[in-house]
Parts: sequence; C-alpha cells; structure tokens
Amino acid sequence: MEWTNIIFAVIVFAVLGGAIGALLAIASRVFAVPRNEKAEEITEVLPGANCGGCGYSGCAALAEAIATGKAKPNSCTVGGSEVAEKVAAIMGIEAEHTVRMRAQVMCSGTKDHSKQKYDYQGITDCQSAMQLGGGSRLCPNGCLGLGTCVSKCPFGAIEVRDGVAFVDYNKCQGCGVCVAACPKHIIKLIPFNAKHWVGCMSVEKGALTRTYCDVGCIGCRICEKNCEAGAIKIDGFLASIDYDKCTGCDVCISKCPRKIIWSGTTQARNPVIKL
Amino acid sequence: MTNILLLMFSAIFIENFIFSKFYGCCPFLGVSEKPDTALGMGMAVTFVMTVSSAATYGVYQILAMFGLEYLKTIAFILVIAGLVQFIEMFLRRFIPALYSSLGIFLPLITTNCAVLGAALVNIQNGHTFLESIAFGFSAAIGFTMAIVIFAGVRVRLRGANPPKCFKGMPLALITAGLIAMAFLGFSGMSIG
Repeated sequence: MEWTNIIFAVIVFAVLGGAIGALLAIASRVFAVPRNEKAEEITEVLPGANCGGCGYSGCAALAEAIATGKAKPNSCTVGGSEVAEKVAAIMGIEAEHTVRMRAQVMCSGTKDHSKQKYDYQGITDCQSAMQLGGGSRLCPNGCLGLGTCVSKCPFGAIEVRDGVAFVDYNKCQGCGVCVAACPKHIIKLIPFNAKHWVGCMSVEKGALTRTYCDVGCIGCRICEKNCEAGAIKIDGFLASIDYDKCTGCDVCISKCPRKIIWSGTTQARNPVIKL
Repeated sequence: MTNILLLMFSAIFIENFIFSKFYGCCPFLGVSEKPDTALGMGMAVTFVMTVSSAATYGVYQILAMFGLEYLKTIAFILVIAGLVQFIEMFLRRFIPALYSSLGIFLPLITTNCAVLGAALVNIQNGHTFLESIAFGFSAAIGFTMAIVIFAGVRVRLRGANPPKCFKGMPLALITAGLIAMAFLGFSGMSIG
C-alpha cells in the first residue's frame, strides 16, 4: 500500500464528514422549528410517567396542549393539585381545585362468593371473555378477574386476587387508564381519601342479585336509613355514597347485611390508605 | 424493466431481509409488540432505505474514484447517520404530520443494520443506480411485511398461556423461526 492511499482516505473522509456536518448545521438553522417555551417548562413540571391518563399520548403532548390552551392546567390526574398549581403558575392563571383520585374496583364477588356461568378457559383477557356471552361470571356487573386492567395499569398498582381485581392505593396515581380499559365498567375513580365505598355495581333487583352472588347489593336501604350524614342514596337497587357528605362514621359498614360497604382505613381486605 | 420487477420480487419474498438474510432482527423483535407501531417502523425503514440506497450509490462512486472501496462500510455508516438526521429535521419543518407518525422510529434506524445491509448488498451485486433504489425500496417493503406479520402473530401470542419458561421473548423467537421456515418455501423458486 502506498502512503498516498492513506492521505487520500484521510482527505476524502475529512471532506465527507465535514460536508455532512456542515449540511446538518445549516439544516438545523434553516429547518428550526419555533419551540414553545412554555410547553417545555410544563413538561419539566409534569410527572413524566407518560401514562396517557389525560387522553394525550404523553406528558410532552399534554404540555403542548396546555401551553396552546387546548387543555386545562389541571388535566394531569396523576400530578394532582400540586402539579396543577405549578402548571397554572407557568401559564400565569389561577389553578382550579383538583382532588387526588384513586381507582376502585366496585366488586366484592371473590370466587367463593359469586357464581360462574361456565368454565372459561380462553385467552386471559377480559375483552376476549366478554365475547363469550359477556364473560363467565353470572353477574353482568361483576369483575371477570382476567386482568385487562392489570396489564393496562402503567403503575403496576392492580392485581387480581380470588378472581377480583384489587388496586394498591399507595401505587395508584388516579390516571384512569384502568377505568377506560375495564369492559365491565366497574372501576371508578373516587376521591383518594374517600373513607367508604360500596363494593358492588349490580343494578338488578335484589332477588336477582342474590342468585348471582352472596355479596351483591340488594338495595335493602338499610344503609340509607342508618346514615346520619345522609350520604348514601339507593339508585336502581344499588347503594352509592356521596363522598363529600360521608363523615366516615362506620355505621353503614356495621349495618350492611351483605357486608359490601368497605372502608379504606380500617379493614384488612384492601391495603390501607395512608392519609 | 422485467429485470427490475424480478429484482423487487426477489428482494421482498425470496431474499427477505429478515427471514432469509437475518438483517434488522433488532427492530423486528423490539418494535413488533403492536401492528400499528410495527407499521410505523416499517414505513420509516422504507423511507430511509430508499433514500439511503440512492445516497450510498453516489458515495460509493466517489470512493471508487479514489480507490477507497475498502472503506465503504465506514463511509456508509457516516452517510446514513447524517442522512437520517437531515431527513428528520426536514420532516419536522415541512411535513410535521409525517414526522409525528414516524416519531421515534426515525432516529432509531440511524444505525439499523438492515439499512446498511441494503447499501452493501447493492454494491456487492453491482446494481445500477435505478436497481439500487428499487432494491432498497423493495427490501424495505419485505421488512415491513415481515414485521407487520410478526406483530400480528405476537398480538395473538399475548393472550396465549404457554409454560412460564417460554413466556415473552423465547416464544417470540420460536415463532419468528417458524415464519422464517415458511418463507424458506420461496427460495425454491428460481427467477431470472
């Protein structure tokens, strides 16, 4: 090999590299996209989990939407009021009050309490099970326990125990992805510090609910009558709690004949909420 | 003309980049969880591979002028990386819709071996300029087809209940092997 070869190689590559470098440098100037500074600041403040709970593809997309006024500063459910305030400060507007939420699976029908229509052995996915007569569970509003919400949860906060999905409140960020994923629509977002909730979504008549499940709400109105704060209402044979009115007195828990009003602070069935 | 059509058919099916040459297995396994993202990746590869086939053809002519053919691999890596960066900036400025749909896939394929492979195969087989572009484009179409087929299979695999030791990647690899064996059927065809 002659030494000129080496010189040529060096020169050619130097020119090639220099040309590409110069091209990119010019391109970065010519093709520069005006960036939204506010959007970048907001992206810094957002949690960065990219969970998609806000309905945008990620935190950067939400920041862009907030900066251009398409979304509200409190659109991030995960960040809660803290983030909402920071975002509002960047945008120079007053933050609306936000309440931290958590997901709650409104079903108490574990395997030994509820009846099955048939033995489901298909794909372990609630959507697939729904195709087969609405799932194997007799109750049309019961948790199928196949874990579609578990796989969708970006925070790993849900697990299936005894055929019913459970949310670990200390991991749940209240993004609401599971609420949208559940084909039975039995996951609800409730205020993080809601003390009590009714662990059932059955709106059928009491007698019918009894045939489905040992722990379904039969609409007996005992909780409604006994609630001193007037926070419980029966609507279509299903009790529901107004979380703003609930004082957490525990009376409904002790009175409920079906034992399906649960407390996040006292009972061991679910992980205890750290308030 | 028939020559180019035969070349394209052969690049898509008989010498499929993934199933018979095993180029670009990294994105094939990494970005094939969902058919949508697989299609996005395939589109990005198609775009880049077609353009880079043309660009590397030119670069090779320059190298050949100075008798530096032995340095083609390094030169191609340099050119392709620069080209992808340039395309990315260009798209972001002028075609934001395409930019956001190709998204993160563009920078990912900067160092994709399928793109480099297409450039090197072009040189190896002595393709002309037109043939190079046709080969790059159709090899990428073959890649897209392979990755979309595989993503479709993986969607079904996700719901399957295999033994624990097969869950995830092992099963994906076995499946990829089975599809590759099916594609072996095409190599029995002799064209041209």
